[in-house]
Amino acid sequence: MFFNNLKPLHGNVYVNETWCKGCGFCVQFCPTNVLDISPGYNAKGYHPPYAKTPERCHNCLYCQMICPEFAIFVKGDDECVKGETNQ
Amino acid sequence: MNKTKNGGYAEAQRVAADPKGVDAGAHFMDGDHAIAEGGLAAGCRFFAGYPITPSTETAERFAERAPEVGALFIQMEDEIASIAALIGAAWGGQKVMTVTCGPGFSLMVENLGLAAMTETPMVIANVQRGGPSTGMPTLTAQQDMMQAKWGPHGDNAIIALCPDSPQECFDLTVEAFNLSEFYRVPVIILTDETVGHMHEKVVIPPADQIPVVPRNNYKGPKEDFRPYQFDCQGGHPMTQAGDGYRFHITGLTHNERGYPAATAEQNKILLTHLIEKINGNADQIIRLDEDQIEGAEVVVVSYGITSRIAVKAMQDARKEGIKVGSLRLITIWPFCEKRIEEISSQVKAIVVAELNYGQMVREVERSAAGRCKVISVNSCGGAVHDPQEILDAIRRAAQ
Amino acid sequence: MSTLNDIAQFKQVSPMSGILRMERMPHIWCPGCGIGSEVNSFAEAIRRSGIDQDKLTVISGIGCTGRVAGYSNFDSIHTTHGRAIPVATGMHLANPKLKVVVFSGEGDLSGIGGNHLIHAARRNMDMVVICNNNFTYGMTGGQVTPTTPGGAIASTTPYGNYEYPFSLPFLADAAGATYVARWTSVHARNVTQAIEEALARKGFSFIEIISPCTTLYLRRNRLGDGVDWLQYFQENTVIKHGCDTRETAIDYQGKIVIGKFVDKQKPTYLESVDKRYVQVVGDDYQLYGKTVPEREAEEKAEQERIAARRAAALAEPEAGA
Ligand SMILES: Cc1ncc(C[n+]2csc(CCOP(=O)(O)OP(=O)(O)O)c2C)c(N)n1
Ligand code: SF4
Ligand code: SF4
Ligand code: SF4
Ligand SMILES: [Mg+2]
Repeated sequence: MFFNNLKPLHGNVYVNETWCKGCGFCVQFCPTNVLDISPGYNAKGYHPPYAKTPERCHNCLYCQMICPEFAIFVKGDDECVKGETNQ
Repeated sequence: MNKTKNGGYAEAQRVAADPKGVDAGAHFMDGDHAIAEGGLAAGCRFFAGYPITPSTETAERFAERAPEVGALFIQMEDEIASIAALIGAAWGGQKVMTVTCGPGFSLMVENLGLAAMTETPMVIANVQRGGPSTGMPTLTAQQDMMQAKWGPHGDNAIIALCPDSPQECFDLTVEAFNLSEFYRVPVIILTDETVGHMHEKVVIPPADQIPVVPRNNYKGPKEDFRPYQFDCQGGHPMTQAGDGYRFHITGLTHNERGYPAATAEQNKILLTHLIEKINGNADQIIRLDEDQIEGAEVVVVSYGITSRIAVKAMQDARKEGIKVGSLRLITIWPFCEKRIEEISSQVKAIVVAELNYGQMVREVERSAAGRCKVISVNSCGGAVHDPQEILDAIRRAAQ
Repeated sequence: MSTLNDIAQFKQVSPMSGILRMERMPHIWCPGCGIGSEVNSFAEAIRRSGIDQDKLTVISGIGCTGRVAGYSNFDSIHTTHGRAIPVATGMHLANPKLKVVVFSGEGDLSGIGGNHLIHAARRNMDMVVICNNNFTYGMTGGQVTPTTPGGAIASTTPYGNYEYPFSLPFLADAAGATYVARWTSVHARNVTQAIEEALARKGFSFIEIISPCTTLYLRRNRLGDGVDWLQYFQENTVIKHGCDTRETAIDYQGKIVIGKFVDKQKPTYLESVDKRYVQVVGDDYQLYGKTVPEREAEEKAEQERIAARRAAALAEPEAGA
């Protein structure tokens, strides 16, 4: 993925809203400001992130790496997850 | 509550010892060395320890023998590290042992608790010296009987064996490994400075005459894998790192999968198992050496070096016409409460001789429950009893 | 952007599946705690390394960080407080084919377990030690630790810390560690790379990762939330590879020197044992029934398999999947 291999230039972010604890790391440190805090709450009362500008995600995976809850991951265009709910 | 399943300890699978670790023949050696030889014969290939008088000779013997046997010896930075390394090495697939005495054992107890909690087989020899604290490093005592069982915090059950000779140091170390493997429990060789430093003839049988309980590693399907089975029995398989089962073990209250589950209900299941797999199978575990108890009016209860002193007192008492029998505890934990109970309803009195201020006597009193007199011949340690003290107690008991 | 709120499906397709014990998620760590970020890097490093995941053992002490072992889907031991390193020593020596990783907190590793840390480093015991340094005893409510910077408030230094803190890289280096690095949890890629390097080498590797304890250290010192601290890490860290570890002290809210400080080769404990015993016993010296050349051949074969798996992992369009 990073450092030395080629990858699709566009990524799709998957968020598990249930596990998110709203720390804001993914939102704050996404290099292209793809994500934003959603106004809604999850069951624990946290605001999970959502992709405000999904087209700008270049699949760098930083949000996935920094998320302390393992609640977010990113897949290239060619390997989207089946059964997802697109918002 | 326990019906022994899995055939029980008596029927546990046994194989001939690996000849590499067996220095067969007749030797003149001390108890400490015999403990190391017993470990090697039983298949122990990992020793981690820290020097302390009067136990160091066991570590030295193991260190000397390690390269030829193909075993690993490491002197750790302290006794805490030593027992911690045993836990790691046991789950790494080896049979493991260490040796120490009071001060070192005190440092070990937290991880002795972890070993019991995680059902990790290991053998720890405690060559007792006089305490408390630094006490008398070169002088004998039996002051750590209660610590062997109650050292770790929390309720607990371990097995402890008490050799009274270098030969028994060898034999019981092999036995300790076998019990430890079967019940997946730390087993303590509770000996003392006198036996540890006593030189006597030790006969090490040829490998094919030393029955050894081999490490029983789980081999079944991954989805059925459990590091534990809480059914109050021994005989369950271990697992070793690297076999692909991805075990987890923790000192936290856990379920059979090994995962933390800190609830009162789970603790009851776990604790009942840990204690009952030993206490509930005490009949299979306990070994006693009895002499002339039938028809005796007085029975002397003792263990380890004190038993050898008591023999002289009993011979003299018999010459005086007192019917005295002897109960020598080879297994001190679990405690032989049933046998004491039986004896207490047959005799006038039980004499308890031990090199401490009175530890085993409480267990005996509890088991005798007032059915006979219990006379304590205690000591502050530092030297074995004068047989005369025991004889005097027998005379008083017979009155 | 998609939400995957079907937890069962999320667990299945998550890149952490297989690496974490997904059945135990969600974990107990607080919002914004840095430990989870480090675990991501750890997971990524494992995938990239090509090591046989059945041969990886994770050992932790007690503390918030100590819970890593229980969440890792490898053979794992949650030991007593401070004793992860000696347990790992036993594990490694019992079966040298295993890769042994210790993942624990700075209080665990350098306070109560400090003696084991220096001795394992001194012996160049072959293991990877990942130390989450959050400047506090997290699990017990935020007491002062051996690394808490001077002046910082902790529950047991309510008027500010007046002790001299350890610099852990200096400690590990002085004790004999052959790989020493320090990063912060915001440096996800460097952390991944450091762990990957450590997994690939032999000897005692020590990786310190400074990270936020939001609930206790940050709150008590009024340092904001996790985001504030990760920003502080970005702005106040200075990368100095090869830096003399005597220059790595950390002052309260001061600059933090990060980088790879030590990376050198010397025989490991076990290599030294082998060498000595071959001199004593001869070439047919065996450990656990295997001679040195036999064990070396096995290791070489395994290295080849690791290289192949690593190449395959790196060739995937997305190694993270
Ligand atoms: C022998 C012992 N002493 C004290 C404790 C209590 N204790 C549990 S965790 C902990 C501190 C852990 O701090 P650290 O290693 O920095 O981990 P963190 O929680 O910060 O990740 C302490 C003191 C214990 N479990 N065992
Ligand atoms: S993968 Fe990179 S660009 Fe895409 S959302 Fe995550 S951090 Fe932003
Ligand atoms: S980093 Fe993870 S926990 Fe934090 S806000 Fe983003 S999704 Fe939620
Ligand atoms: S107390 Fe601190 S270290 Fe522990 S989980 Fe919470 S934030 Fe993390
Ligand atoms: Mg900490």
